[in-house]
Amino acid sequence: MSNVGIVIVSHSPKIAEGAADMVRQMVGDAVPLAWTGGDVDGGLGTNVAGILEAIENAWSPAGVAILVDLGGAETNSEMAVEMLPEDRRARVLVCNAPVVEGAVIAATESSGGSSLTAVKRSAEEFYA
Amino acid sequence: MSLDRGAREKLVRALAGSVIEHADELTSLDQAIGDGDHGLNMKRGFEAVLAALPGLADKSLPEMLKAIGMTLVMKVGGASGPLVGTFFMELGKALPEQPSRADLVAATEKAIEAVKARGRSEAGQKTLLDVLVPVHAVLAGGGDAKAIAAEAAQAADRTTPMQAIRGRASFLGERSIGHMDPGSRSASLLIGAAVETLEFEVTP
Repeated sequence: MSNVGIVIVSHSPKIAEGAADMVRQMVGDAVPLAWTGGDVDGGLGTNVAGILEAIENAWSPAGVAILVDLGGAETNSEMAVEMLPEDRRARVLVCNAPVVEGAVIAATESSGGSSLTAVKRSAEEFYA
Repeated sequence: MSLDRGAREKLVRALAGSVIEHADELTSLDQAIGDGDHGLNMKRGFEAVLAALPGLADKSLPEMLKAIGMTLVMKVGGASGPLVGTFFMELGKALPEQPSRADLVAATEKAIEAVKARGRSEAGQKTLLDVLVPVHAVLAGGGDAKAIAAEAAQAADRTTPMQAIRGRASFLGERSIGHMDPGSRSASLLIGAAVETLEFEVTP
Protein backbone atom coordinates (compact mmCIF):
# COMPACT_ATOMS: atom_id res chain seq x y z
CA MET A 1 0.00 0.00 0.00
CA SER A 2 1.28 3.46 -0.75
CA ASN A 3 0.09 6.67 0.82
CA VAL A 4 -0.32 10.01 -0.95
CA GLY A 5 2.83 12.12 -0.74
CA ILE A 6 2.79 15.63 0.71
CA VAL A 7 4.87 18.55 -0.60
CA ILE A 8 5.11 21.81 1.35
CA VAL A 9 6.00 24.97 -0.63
CA SER A 10 6.62 28.25 1.19
CA HIS A 11 8.43 31.46 0.29
CA SER A 12 10.37 30.88 3.51
CA PRO A 13 12.50 27.72 3.78
CA LYS A 14 12.12 27.98 7.55
CA ILE A 15 8.33 27.88 7.36
CA ALA A 16 8.43 24.98 4.89
CA GLU A 17 10.84 23.01 7.06
CA GLY A 18 8.94 23.87 10.24
CA ALA A 19 5.63 22.76 8.75
CA ALA A 20 7.28 19.52 7.66
CA ASP A 21 8.60 19.01 11.22
CA MET A 22 5.06 19.43 12.55
CA VAL A 23 3.74 16.89 10.07
CA ARG A 24 6.41 14.36 11.06
CA GLN A 25 5.75 14.82 14.76
CA MET A 26 1.96 14.78 14.54
CA VAL A 27 1.46 12.22 11.79
CA GLY A 28 4.64 10.12 11.77
CA ASP A 29 6.59 8.49 8.98
CA ALA A 30 3.86 6.69 7.05
CA VAL A 31 3.53 9.54 4.56
CA PRO A 32 6.12 10.52 1.91
CA LEU A 33 6.96 14.15 2.70
CA ALA A 34 9.18 16.84 1.17
CA TRP A 35 9.47 20.59 1.53
CA THR A 36 10.95 23.43 -0.49
CA GLY A 37 11.26 27.16 -0.02
CA GLY A 38 13.28 30.16 -1.14
CA ASP A 39 14.33 31.47 -4.54
CA VAL A 40 17.31 30.11 -6.47
CA ASP A 41 19.65 32.59 -4.73
CA GLY A 42 18.51 31.54 -1.27
CA GLY A 43 16.30 34.60 -0.65
CA LEU A 44 12.60 34.51 0.12
CA GLY A 45 10.58 33.14 -2.79
CA THR A 46 9.74 29.91 -4.54
CA ASN A 47 11.27 28.23 -7.55
CA VAL A 48 10.10 25.63 -10.04
CA ALA A 49 13.27 23.50 -9.89
CA GLY A 50 12.97 23.17 -6.11
CA ILE A 51 9.29 22.23 -6.38
CA LEU A 52 10.02 19.60 -9.06
CA GLU A 53 12.69 18.10 -6.81
CA ALA A 54 10.33 18.04 -3.83
CA ILE A 55 7.64 16.30 -5.90
CA GLU A 56 10.22 13.69 -6.92
CA ASN A 57 11.28 13.19 -3.28
CA ALA A 58 7.70 12.80 -2.04
CA TRP A 59 6.56 10.77 -5.05
CA SER A 60 4.04 8.03 -4.45
CA PRO A 61 2.07 5.94 -6.95
CA ALA A 62 -1.01 7.25 -5.08
CA GLY A 63 -0.03 10.78 -6.07
CA VAL A 64 1.19 13.93 -4.38
CA ALA A 65 -0.71 16.79 -2.71
CA ILE A 66 1.03 20.17 -2.68
CA LEU A 67 0.40 22.76 0.03
CA VAL A 68 1.45 26.34 -0.80
CA ASP A 69 1.55 29.73 0.87
CA LEU A 70 1.17 32.97 -1.13
CA GLY A 71 0.64 33.73 -4.87
CA GLY A 72 3.94 32.84 -6.50
CA ALA A 73 4.12 29.55 -4.58
CA GLU A 74 0.86 28.51 -6.22
CA THR A 75 1.78 29.76 -9.71
CA ASN A 76 5.21 28.11 -9.55
CA SER A 77 3.68 24.85 -8.26
CA GLU A 78 1.17 24.74 -11.11
CA MET A 79 4.01 25.42 -13.56
CA ALA A 80 6.03 22.57 -12.02
CA VAL A 81 3.08 20.18 -12.31
CA GLU A 82 2.77 20.97 -16.01
CA MET A 83 6.44 20.23 -16.51
CA LEU A 84 6.14 16.71 -15.05
CA PRO A 85 6.12 13.66 -17.35
CA GLU A 86 2.61 13.26 -18.74
CA ASP A 87 1.80 10.09 -16.79
CA ARG A 88 2.49 11.87 -13.50
CA ARG A 89 0.75 15.17 -14.18
CA ALA A 90 -2.77 14.07 -13.27
CA ARG A 91 -1.53 12.56 -10.01
CA VAL A 92 -0.33 15.83 -8.48
CA LEU A 93 -2.80 18.36 -7.08
CA VAL A 94 -2.25 21.81 -5.58
CA CYS A 95 -4.51 22.29 -2.54
CA ASN A 96 -6.29 25.54 -1.80
CA ALA A 97 -5.61 25.44 1.95
CA PRO A 98 -3.46 27.18 4.58
CA VAL A 99 0.04 25.76 4.28
CA VAL A 100 0.68 24.61 7.87
CA GLU A 101 -2.80 23.42 8.86
CA GLY A 102 -3.40 22.03 5.39
CA ALA A 103 -0.19 20.01 5.45
CA VAL A 104 -0.99 18.43 8.81
CA ILE A 105 -4.58 17.60 7.83
CA ALA A 106 -3.58 16.32 4.38
CA ALA A 107 -0.91 14.11 5.91
CA THR A 108 -3.33 12.80 8.54
CA GLU A 109 -5.81 11.89 5.80
CA SER A 110 -3.06 10.33 3.69
CA SER A 111 -1.72 8.25 6.58
CA GLY A 112 -5.08 6.46 6.71
CA GLY A 113 -4.66 5.37 3.10
CA SER A 114 -7.10 7.86 1.54
CA SER A 115 -7.05 8.73 -2.17
CA LEU A 116 -5.45 11.89 -3.53
CA THR A 117 -8.83 13.59 -4.03
CA ALA A 118 -9.86 12.75 -0.45
CA VAL A 119 -6.57 14.15 0.86
CA LYS A 120 -7.09 17.37 -1.10
CA ARG A 121 -10.72 17.66 0.02
CA SER A 122 -9.80 17.27 3.70
CA ALA A 123 -7.13 19.95 3.50
CA GLU A 124 -9.49 22.33 1.72
CA GLU A 125 -12.43 21.71 4.07
CA PHE A 126 -10.39 23.27 6.84
CA TYR A 127 -10.57 26.51 4.89
CA ALA A 128 -14.33 26.36 4.20
CA MET B 1 9.97 38.35 -41.73
CA SER B 2 13.23 36.67 -41.11
CA LEU B 3 15.74 37.19 -38.33
CA ASP B 4 19.29 36.06 -38.98
CA ARG B 5 21.59 34.90 -36.21
CA GLY B 6 23.00 38.38 -35.60
CA ALA B 7 19.50 39.85 -35.31
CA ARG B 8 18.43 37.11 -32.92
CA GLU B 9 21.40 37.85 -30.67
CA LYS B 10 20.63 41.58 -30.79
CA LEU B 11 17.03 40.83 -29.86
CA VAL B 12 18.09 38.76 -26.83
CA ARG B 13 20.55 41.44 -25.68
CA ALA B 14 17.93 44.19 -26.10
CA LEU B 15 15.27 42.25 -24.17
CA ALA B 16 17.65 41.43 -21.34
CA GLY B 17 19.17 44.90 -21.26
CA SER B 18 15.78 46.61 -21.02
CA VAL B 19 14.93 44.72 -17.84
CA ILE B 20 18.40 44.68 -16.28
CA GLU B 21 18.90 48.44 -16.75
CA HIS B 22 15.53 49.16 -15.13
CA ALA B 23 15.82 46.63 -12.30
CA ASP B 24 15.96 49.33 -9.60
CA GLU B 25 12.90 51.09 -11.01
CA LEU B 26 10.98 47.79 -11.14
CA THR B 27 11.98 47.06 -7.57
CA SER B 28 10.80 50.42 -6.29
CA LEU B 29 7.47 50.02 -8.13
CA ASP B 30 7.11 46.61 -6.50
CA GLN B 31 8.06 47.96 -3.07
CA ALA B 32 5.08 50.30 -3.31
CA ILE B 33 2.42 47.62 -3.88
CA GLY B 34 4.09 44.20 -3.86
CA ASP B 35 6.93 42.49 -2.05
CA GLY B 36 9.78 44.40 -3.69
CA ASP B 37 11.42 41.52 -5.50
CA HIS B 38 10.27 42.10 -9.09
CA GLY B 39 13.37 43.96 -10.28
CA LEU B 40 15.76 41.50 -8.70
CA ASN B 41 13.81 38.47 -9.91
CA MET B 42 13.55 39.68 -13.50
CA LYS B 43 17.21 40.72 -13.51
CA ARG B 44 18.26 37.27 -12.30
CA GLY B 45 16.18 35.64 -15.03
CA PHE B 46 17.47 37.77 -17.87
CA GLU B 47 21.07 37.49 -16.68
CA ALA B 48 20.59 33.73 -17.02
CA VAL B 49 19.21 34.32 -20.53
CA LEU B 50 22.30 36.40 -21.43
CA ALA B 51 24.52 33.66 -20.02
CA ALA B 52 22.94 31.26 -22.53
CA LEU B 53 24.35 33.34 -25.40
CA PRO B 54 25.89 32.79 -27.88
CA GLY B 55 24.38 29.29 -28.13
CA LEU B 56 20.90 30.67 -27.61
CA ALA B 57 21.07 32.69 -30.84
CA ASP B 58 22.19 29.59 -32.79
CA LYS B 59 18.70 28.20 -32.32
CA SER B 60 15.83 28.96 -34.70
CA LEU B 61 13.53 31.79 -33.60
CA PRO B 62 10.82 29.46 -32.18
CA GLU B 63 13.36 27.29 -30.36
CA MET B 64 15.16 30.35 -29.03
CA LEU B 65 11.92 31.79 -27.64
CA LYS B 66 11.06 28.48 -25.98
CA ALA B 67 14.52 28.32 -24.40
CA ILE B 68 14.21 31.89 -23.12
CA GLY B 69 10.81 31.02 -21.62
CA MET B 70 12.14 27.92 -19.90
CA THR B 71 15.09 29.84 -18.47
CA LEU B 72 12.76 32.52 -17.11
CA VAL B 73 10.46 29.90 -15.58
CA MET B 74 13.37 28.25 -13.81
CA LYS B 75 15.26 31.36 -12.71
CA VAL B 76 12.92 34.29 -12.11
CA GLY B 77 10.83 32.85 -9.29
CA GLY B 78 7.87 34.73 -7.89
CA ALA B 79 4.70 34.64 -9.96
CA SER B 80 6.44 36.55 -12.76
CA GLY B 81 8.69 33.62 -13.73
CA PRO B 82 5.84 31.33 -14.77
CA LEU B 83 3.84 34.22 -16.28
CA VAL B 84 6.55 35.84 -18.41
CA GLY B 85 8.16 32.45 -19.08
CA THR B 86 4.86 31.01 -20.29
CA PHE B 87 4.46 33.96 -22.67
CA PHE B 88 7.83 33.29 -24.33
CA MET B 89 7.36 29.51 -24.38
CA GLU B 90 3.92 29.72 -25.99
CA LEU B 91 5.12 32.33 -28.48
CA GLY B 92 7.90 29.92 -29.46
CA LYS B 93 5.45 27.03 -29.81
CA ALA B 94 3.09 29.04 -32.03
CA LEU B 95 5.53 30.88 -34.34
CA PRO B 96 6.99 29.43 -37.54
CA GLU B 97 10.69 30.04 -38.26
CA GLN B 98 9.96 32.93 -40.62
CA PRO B 99 6.73 34.41 -39.35
CA SER B 100 4.51 36.78 -41.28
CA ARG B 101 2.77 39.60 -39.46
CA ALA B 102 -0.38 37.46 -39.38
CA ASP B 103 1.63 34.65 -37.75
CA LEU B 104 2.88 37.10 -35.15
CA VAL B 105 -0.67 38.31 -34.41
CA ALA B 106 -1.96 34.74 -34.05
CA ALA B 107 0.99 33.54 -31.95
CA THR B 108 0.83 36.53 -29.62
CA GLU B 109 -2.86 35.91 -29.07
CA LYS B 110 -2.16 32.28 -28.13
CA ALA B 111 0.61 33.34 -25.77
CA ILE B 112 -1.67 35.89 -24.10
CA GLU B 113 -4.38 33.24 -23.63
CA ALA B 114 -1.76 31.01 -21.97
CA VAL B 115 -0.76 33.83 -19.59
CA LYS B 116 -4.44 34.37 -18.73
CA ALA B 117 -4.83 30.66 -17.94
CA ARG B 118 -1.60 30.53 -15.91
CA GLY B 119 -2.58 33.52 -13.79
CA ARG B 120 -6.34 32.84 -13.92
CA SER B 121 -6.65 36.49 -14.81
CA GLU B 122 -8.05 38.86 -17.40
CA ALA B 123 -7.20 42.38 -18.50
CA GLY B 124 -8.47 45.03 -16.07
CA GLN B 125 -6.97 43.46 -12.94
CA LYS B 126 -3.74 45.47 -12.85
CA THR B 127 -1.39 42.84 -14.24
CA LEU B 128 0.88 42.50 -17.26
CA LEU B 129 -2.24 41.54 -19.23
CA ASP B 130 -3.19 45.22 -19.11
CA VAL B 131 -0.20 45.84 -21.39
CA LEU B 132 -0.25 42.63 -23.45
CA VAL B 133 -3.91 42.83 -24.45
CA PRO B 134 -4.00 46.45 -25.74
CA VAL B 135 -0.61 46.05 -27.44
CA HIS B 136 -1.92 42.97 -29.21
CA ALA B 137 -4.88 45.03 -30.44
CA VAL B 138 -2.51 47.59 -31.98
CA LEU B 139 -0.41 44.83 -33.54
CA ALA B 140 -3.51 43.15 -34.96
CA GLY B 141 -4.78 46.49 -36.23
CA GLY B 142 -1.68 47.04 -38.34
CA GLY B 143 0.15 49.51 -36.08
CA ASP B 144 3.83 50.11 -36.84
CA ALA B 145 6.74 49.70 -34.42
CA LYS B 146 6.35 53.23 -33.10
CA ALA B 147 2.63 52.79 -32.44
CA ILE B 148 3.22 49.46 -30.68
CA ALA B 149 5.94 50.87 -28.43
CA ALA B 150 3.82 53.93 -27.62
CA GLU B 151 0.81 51.78 -26.73
CA ALA B 152 2.99 49.59 -24.48
CA ALA B 153 4.23 52.61 -22.52
CA GLN B 154 0.78 54.21 -22.30
CA ALA B 155 -0.86 50.94 -21.27
CA ALA B 156 1.62 50.58 -18.40
CA ASP B 157 0.80 54.17 -17.35
CA ARG B 158 -2.90 53.34 -17.42
CA THR B 159 -2.41 50.71 -14.69
CA THR B 160 -1.57 53.47 -12.18
CA PRO B 161 -5.18 54.41 -11.30
CA MET B 162 -6.35 50.78 -11.40
CA GLN B 163 -7.13 48.69 -8.34
CA ALA B 164 -5.32 45.35 -8.27
CA ILE B 165 -7.59 42.29 -8.41
CA ARG B 166 -4.93 39.61 -8.94
CA GLY B 167 -1.42 39.16 -7.60
CA ARG B 168 0.18 40.31 -4.40
CA ALA B 169 -0.97 43.92 -4.86
CA SER B 170 -4.59 42.75 -4.57
CA PHE B 171 -3.96 42.27 -0.83
CA LEU B 172 -3.75 46.05 -0.61
CA GLY B 173 -7.22 46.61 -2.07
CA GLU B 174 -7.80 50.30 -2.72
CA ARG B 175 -4.29 51.15 -1.55
CA SER B 176 -2.98 49.62 -4.79
CA ILE B 177 -4.51 52.60 -6.61
CA GLY B 178 -2.02 55.32 -7.58
CA HIS B 179 0.99 53.08 -8.30
CA MET B 180 2.01 51.64 -11.66
CA ASP B 181 1.87 47.84 -11.81
CA PRO B 182 5.49 46.56 -11.87
CA GLY B 183 4.61 43.58 -14.10
CA SER B 184 3.00 45.94 -16.61
CA ARG B 185 6.10 48.12 -16.55
CA SER B 186 8.45 45.19 -17.23
CA ALA B 187 6.16 43.95 -20.02
CA SER B 188 6.22 47.42 -21.62
CA LEU B 189 10.03 47.55 -21.36
CA LEU B 190 10.33 44.15 -23.06
CA ILE B 191 7.89 45.10 -25.83
CA GLY B 192 9.66 48.44 -26.37
CA ALA B 193 13.02 46.69 -26.67
CA ALA B 194 11.63 44.03 -29.00
CA VAL B 195 9.98 46.38 -31.49
CA GLU B 196 12.93 48.75 -31.52
CA THR B 197 15.27 45.88 -32.43
CA LEU B 198 12.89 44.29 -34.91
CA GLU B 199 12.23 47.59 -36.70
CA PHE B 200 15.87 47.82 -37.75
CA GLU B 201 16.77 44.15 -38.07
CA VAL B 202 13.88 42.53 -39.85
CA THR B 203 14.07 41.81 -43.53
CA PRO B 204 10.44 41.71 -44.66
